[in-house]
Amino acid sequence: MAIPVSYNLRNLVVRKTTTIMTALGITLTVAVLLSVLALVNGLQTAFQSSGNPLQILVMRKGSNAELSSAITREVYQDLKSMPGIARDGGQPMASLEMVTVINLPSVDSPEGMNVTLRGILPLGIKMRDGLKLQDGRWFQAGQREVVVGKSIARRYPGAHLGNKLRFGRGDWEIVGVMDGGQSSVNSEIFGDLNQTSSDFNRADGLSSILVRATDAATIPALINSMNDDRRLGVVAQTEKEYYDSQTSSGAVLQYLGIFISVIMAVGSSFAAMNTMYAAVARRAREIGTLRVLGFSRGSILTSFLLESVLLSVLGGLLGCVLVLPLNNITTGIGSFVTFSEISFNFRVSPQIMAAGVAFALVMGALGGLFPARNAAKKEILNALRDV
Amino acid sequence: MRYLGLIFKNSVRNRRRSLLTVASIAVSLCILGLLIAMYQAMFFGEATPAQALRLVTRHRVSMTQPIPIYYRDKIRQLPGVRDLMTWQWFGGTYKDARDPNNMFARFATDPDHFFNVYNEFQIPEDQKRAFLRERTGCIVERSLATKLNFKIGDTIHLIGDIFPVNLDLKVVGIYDDPDKMAALYFSREYLREALGSSSAQQDMVGAFLIQADTPADVPRLAAAVDDMFSTSPFPTRSESEKAFQLSFISFLGNLRLFIMAICGAVTFTILLVSANTISMSVRERIREVGILKTLGFTPGAILGIVLGESAIICLAGGALGCLLAAGLCAAVSHSPGADMMPAMHNLAVTPPVALVCLAGALLIGLVSSFVPAWSASRTSILDSLRYAG
Repeated sequence: MAIPVSYNLRNLVVRKTTTIMTALGITLTVAVLLSVLALVNGLQTAFQSSGNPLQILVMRKGSNAELSSAITREVYQDLKSMPGIARDGGQPMASLEMVTVINLPSVDSPEGMNVTLRGILPLGIKMRDGLKLQDGRWFQAGQREVVVGKSIARRYPGAHLGNKLRFGRGDWEIVGVMDGGQSSVNSEIFGDLNQTSSDFNRADGLSSILVRATDAATIPALINSMNDDRRLGVVAQTEKEYYDSQTSSGAVLQYLGIFISVIMAVGSSFAAMNTMYAAVARRAREIGTLRVLGFSRGSILTSFLLESVLLSVLGGLLGCVLVLPLNNITTGIGSFVTFSEISFNFRVSPQIMAAGVAFALVMGALGGLFPARNAAKKEILNALRDV
Repeated sequence: MRYLGLIFKNSVRNRRRSLLTVASIAVSLCILGLLIAMYQAMFFGEATPAQALRLVTRHRVSMTQPIPIYYRDKIRQLPGVRDLMTWQWFGGTYKDARDPNNMFARFATDPDHFFNVYNEFQIPEDQKRAFLRERTGCIVERSLATKLNFKIGDTIHLIGDIFPVNLDLKVVGIYDDPDKMAALYFSREYLREALGSSSAQQDMVGAFLIQADTPADVPRLAAAVDDMFSTSPFPTRSESEKAFQLSFISFLGNLRLFIMAICGAVTFTILLVSANTISMSVRERIREVGILKTLGFTPGAILGIVLGESAIICLAGGALGCLLAAGLCAAVSHSPGADMMPAMHNLAVTPPVALVCLAGALLIGLVSSFVPAWSASRTSILDSLRYAG
């Protein structure tokens, strides 16, 4: 027969100071873990929503990022005519793009922050499905005009609609603000391909080609034929694969964060153990009484274990509440792949919160196991005689 | 002080509880120690004498954007410049790039200036001459050479990415860098030849490493260089080598805030653990406190005894935590990740770090036990003797 849970709940309430202090310790541990997970989750969301599964990104062989890739117009012409590329009104859907980094003055850093500038053709904009204009209009060909991502417009005081940015060989007017949903486009600036590449002296040293396949079945064949063509000298991969590999910039923080939370969890389990040992010691007579009433050793063990788990789950839930305000806060992280800053939102998803509560549960179970065993092993007579 | 024996006896009375508390505080403090040591290594690390003379000049945006090579002659004419060399990140891939072991820094430079600017690097004289003489020669840092088993005479094949060329480099020397920064250097002339005269990249370079006459010249030179090119199409940013390394770290996001936030959470956790323990102990001993008072102990003495007990436990946790942190630091500084950040090689629990940790532990001990200690010293004799537990 099991001891009712209300017994444990009442006990937790009676010893409220101890309960609260132990739970708060667990709360903080869970909060540290959750904030790191929310950061990494946000970063992953930004990248994962960036790729279209039907699209292929082509870079120079040996490059693992658009920034370090160099593609000539000749390669672009050859590649465009390959079979398996979707068409848009007769035109093959292959977008030649140039990527570079520019420096914008920022509130956070006196030296300014680096952001990605992408020279692009109207076709390239069309190929980004979720992308829409939030304000203003698109840039015109041959003009020094740019459209900035919404995170940039929000984070940089100089990057509002109508302002001018100085880079390349002159001043560029911001004529629009674009919204790419959750994607990393929000942290980029788009300008006309020909104007930007001539300003950066890269008329024939462009970065990448984005290609859309006719359907999912042709993708492997298309990728293979691009990679195998020695004359092209390119490496092709799906856009999804490319962006997945970019999440690595969050890996350092992720490992550091998880490592720290695990060590903190060890500390919190010890604290929970302490609390539970005290609880067992104080309730020796109660335990004896329960045994006399006919509750088995097993149910005593379960009951104390349950109490510890309840205590830690309470802490875990509080931890979730504590990190909730972080949700949707925008932050930025530098990437050594793009050499620029990606901004993204913290995302406290239900999965993350579940992981936090589960983490607390494990802490509580580990912390409660020995004291509960201790309680269950008590001899009835000794327990009752205890003062 | 004369209650020291009593305090000590009290703190070991409930051994299991004290041990658990000490262990709990120790693991938390070891994180604190590690983070403080990291913070110190990154933000307060002293520049070595050789390092203090050097500054890095690069494009104002980032090293990924090149600046013209003719800047070299203009910079050389500035008073206070002892020497300078080009510093070109080559990138590229070596063997299978997916294996992180194959990722190491590869730079093109001027062999005739290299060992003047990096005057703390050690290399045998004959290898130095070979580096000057052989067009396709390269030199490799010793720890890297050991790790990837590079020997003199080996050929290293690099596939370019930023530069559309593939290079075959011959290892002609292995040098010792006190910072053990895993890197390979080869001649920029070889890169120029490989690129060919039609390449727009031929007369551009990623950065210059300048050596000043005295450390005091460094800030003035940085300003002078940046002023000289501020209105050109290729504006520069010059900063001391130390600041340059820091900008790489700050690039990873707001690391300072990240470390501070975690330190705050950890400190608060320790505070809770310690407060919980000491209040449990005090609650169990209220009758004892009453007896002590009847024996003539003043409220002040009671206060001191409880505070002292908490301080001893926290200090024990602190000391153990420092030891654990020292072990962690050693592990981190020898991990492969440390190769990416030279500052991590010097990660250690230095006396100031240990002192900060112990002082923190003591403070936490006193703060956390103040409320239980205060209430114990205030409880009247009658109330405490009547207390049923």
